[in-house]
Amino acid sequence: MQEFFFSLTWLVPLFPFLAFLIIILFTQDNNKLSHTLSIGSMVLSWLVGWSVVFSAISTPHLGEHPIHVSVPWFPTGTTSIEIGYWIDPLMAVTLFMVPFVCLMIFIYSIGYMGYGTEEEDPNYARFFAYIALFATGMLGLVISENLLTLFISWEIMGLCSYLLIGFWFQKNYPDPKKITPRQAGLKAFLVTKIGDLFLMLGIIYLYSQAGSLSYADTLFDHEFLTNLASTPALPIFGGWSAASAIGALIFGGAVGKSAQFPLHVWLPDAMEGPTPVSALIHAATMVSAGVFLTARVFPLLNVVVELEHHNPAMGIIAFIGAFTAILSSVIAIAQNDIKGVLAFSTISQLGYMIAALGIGAYVAATFHLITHAFFKALLFMGSGSVIIGCHHEQDMMEMGGLKEKMPRTFWTFLAGGFALSGFPIITAGFWSKDEILAHAWEEFMHQGLVSWPFFVWLLLTIAAFLTAFYMARQISLTFLGKPRGHHAEHAHETPNTMTFPLILLAFFALTLGFVGIPEEIIGHGNNWFHNFVGHEYPSTPLSLPVLLLSSALAIGGLGIGWLVYGRKPMLQGEMDPLERGMKKVRLGWFYEAMRNKFYFDEIYNATFVQGSIKLAEIFYDFDYHWVVDPLVNLIARISRWISRLLNEFDEKVVDGLVDLTGLSGIKLSDLSGITDNRVVDGLVNGIAEATGWIGEKVLRPIQTGKVQNYLLILLISMLAIIGIYLVY
Amino acid sequence: MVPVLIFGLSSVVTLGAALAVVTNKNILHSAFYLILAFVGVASIYVLLEAPFIAVVQVLVYIGAIAILIVFAIMLTRRLLSKDLIQRNAQWGLSALGATGLFLVLGWIVYSVNWPVKLLTVPEDPISVLGQELLSTYVVPFEIASVLLLAALVGAILIGRERE
Amino acid sequence: MAIPINWFLVLAAGLFCIGLYGVLSRRNAIGILMGIELMLNAVNINLITFWRYINPVKLTGQVFAIFVFTVAAAEVAVGLALVIAIYRNRDTVIVEEIDLLKE
Repeated sequence: MQEFFFSLTWLVPLFPFLAFLIIILFTQDNNKLSHTLSIGSMVLSWLVGWSVVFSAISTPHLGEHPIHVSVPWFPTGTTSIEIGYWIDPLMAVTLFMVPFVCLMIFIYSIGYMGYGTEEEDPNYARFFAYIALFATGMLGLVISENLLTLFISWEIMGLCSYLLIGFWFQKNYPDPKKITPRQAGLKAFLVTKIGDLFLMLGIIYLYSQAGSLSYADTLFDHEFLTNLASTPALPIFGGWSAASAIGALIFGGAVGKSAQFPLHVWLPDAMEGPTPVSALIHAATMVSAGVFLTARVFPLLNVVVELEHHNPAMGIIAFIGAFTAILSSVIAIAQNDIKGVLAFSTISQLGYMIAALGIGAYVAATFHLITHAFFKALLFMGSGSVIIGCHHEQDMMEMGGLKEKMPRTFWTFLAGGFALSGFPIITAGFWSKDEILAHAWEEFMHQGLVSWPFFVWLLLTIAAFLTAFYMARQISLTFLGKPRGHHAEHAHETPNTMTFPLILLAFFALTLGFVGIPEEIIGHGNNWFHNFVGHEYPSTPLSLPVLLLSSALAIGGLGIGWLVYGRKPMLQGEMDPLERGMKKVRLGWFYEAMRNKFYFDEIYNATFVQGSIKLAEIFYDFDYHWVVDPLVNLIARISRWISRLLNEFDEKVVDGLVDLTGLSGIKLSDLSGITDNRVVDGLVNGIAEATGWIGEKVLRPIQTGKVQNYLLILLISMLAIIGIYLVY
Repeated sequence: MVPVLIFGLSSVVTLGAALAVVTNKNILHSAFYLILAFVGVASIYVLLEAPFIAVVQVLVYIGAIAILIVFAIMLTRRLLSKDLIQRNAQWGLSALGATGLFLVLGWIVYSVNWPVKLLTVPEDPISVLGQELLSTYVVPFEIASVLLLAALVGAILIGRERE
Repeated sequence: MAIPINWFLVLAAGLFCIGLYGVLSRRNAIGILMGIELMLNAVNINLITFWRYINPVKLTGQVFAIFVFTVAAAEVAVGLALVIAIYRNRDTVIVEEIDLLKE
């Protein structure tokens, strides 16, 4: 029976993909049929997915002997790239989470996109096609048997993220400084691409070492890993082992996708997309894919620790995770957009997981990944419900008093908020967060105060307090007190399609933590989650100080937050009490910095964006004034000479060629000057031109936009490369 | 000795005709030389004991492709005029590049030790070919048929007169 | 087999380079297509030569040659349709004059 369910695994991503194809090709005009298809495919995926998950859970020793099936996909010389599925505990627990959360969000989207009301989105069917394609990518990533199919799924998700953030692409704001959905999509795409580049380099590096990308030959082949850990990496990694270097490069992909510092800037702007998208992609699944990937390649990092008791790459991972966690939880305190708070809280929680992986807490990170997905999806969907209830008002300063008007949303949001804050015992977030903190505590007890685990523990503990505080602030501002705006006064509860998924998710947000209660509490060998996922890693011992401290911080944070915001609710037009308090002690500037996200966008704009523009301008001058044009003229003269010699070559052709070269130069450069796009264009052109110049000085000027010219350049470059090869 | 003579004759015809194709001023004459070049290639196939391929060469290349090209030239007949320059500004450099590539390829051909095995061709290769196409290569075969269909539809769609 | 393999390969190389020259130097789009056909023929000569001299028992080389025929036929059909469509709209098939993208 188990074998039968395992053999169905490949169907899981296929259902939503078929739904995507059918909707996009045939049923775009029929909204009802489209969402039925989309949700129906997700129901099938969910059923098959969970039967695989429960079969996996009942399979003994799955961790030691993962199940994998693959067929050759395309040959690469002597080996071939395979396509298939891989079932191990990490995959199983992720597959538990993904299809269920996806399904909930799909159902929720019916209400959010206004089905059957006058607010129904004009691109309703397309929305369901896109999220189905997204589900394909995410499920494909989870079941992947090798890093290539993982990378393909990863990029499918990137594409969907771009399409869905910019789903309301026609939207423009009166304030030119406010980012539009179109720009936000582009920003997300470009910023995550920086990470993807590292991921691709890591994959290529791994392939060059292993000659294969399948997990069985690389990440789960202990002999190979040991060899890799004792192989020195390329010189630019400065004495690292190849395993560390590959791990760090692949982690670069996770930094982009999981919005870790310094590539975290895209996620807050991604909130321009519809809220189900924020819940689905930018809270529960896609951003966790980065953590999933890091957990996947964890054996690669861990083997170095086993051999040398120290891995510099993991130090970097721990630092980035912990720093991101604290940075974004500080920012979250001062945000007024209901989704903005959640966006930064997502970044912060992802930082927790990354930091946990960085100190070796593989099981704790996976645990938090799963629980977080449930309660963060819940919080986002709750905020979406609030937004719909308040007629698309997103500013918390305009809300308040929604507790009576939207009771279901309030109670479920409260459950999610408490889970995120780590309210003791009864929430899932408590158990998973506590395990991370306990692991850090345990490690730093061994390694002393001057160590990564201490740094991680300290920052994460502070962040835990801040998390509880801003959740209390958000709940108080949104639901308690009196309405501060006319939208909030006329708020109404949202339809059942939206509240029903909230209730289901709230159930998991509260109870899912019980699968991972430490052994010390429920008896030896009873920590189910650890036994299943992390059999080869020592379990984290319970430490009472940490447990008490994190309980105290959670309750304290919530309590202080309530005291500041909830006890005496803000009135309309009143200043944020925290801002007032900080102004009193002359910290107003710091609050301002928090509200402005510590000016990362501005800093990046001043350095990278403006720098690229300057670079593009230099290349433009290079092209037009300094080097290329004179060369073009030279070539023109030579061509004239040839034409005169043979007496059949028309001068006009050459002139035309020269003019066209100039013209195309101007057109290209004109492009660099108006939009955000041109930065990229300029950079790409610039790099292409620089390479061309270094390679072939003489052939550079033939930039005419004519295919034949390019072909000729190609031919001559190839001959030159062969020539160099022969001489060498 | 006879095969060598045939080889010499057909290669001279092929290369000569091919040169005429790319240099002739009259594009229609080029198309006729193209047919001659195809015939030369077909005789090379015969020499290589691949009669089926030779027949397909004649049918597809001469019977279909070359005729199609002649039609296309006639439909765009304004360009038949002799005063029109048929080669572009970069032809000199192109000739140099092509010659260079030829030298490189020739050098490769003579420097590699080809693992030649002088075996005889299996009996009745055509039926073997048919079986191969419908067993080992059935997927590419089907894809090729889809490609042809797509090209057919695409050609009609592109070439159709728009209202 | 009286003829050495190198002869065929050099012949194919020559035909390929002539075709390449045609592709690079012709102004007429149909001329370019003819050059491409010559190059494809050169490829086919190579395929059949390697089949005959290296492994005549398996017919892989011939199968691939047939696929090249198919692709060539498809390419010519679409290519000529494009040429005729462009001719109808722009009254030219000179590639240098087809520069809509730049305007």
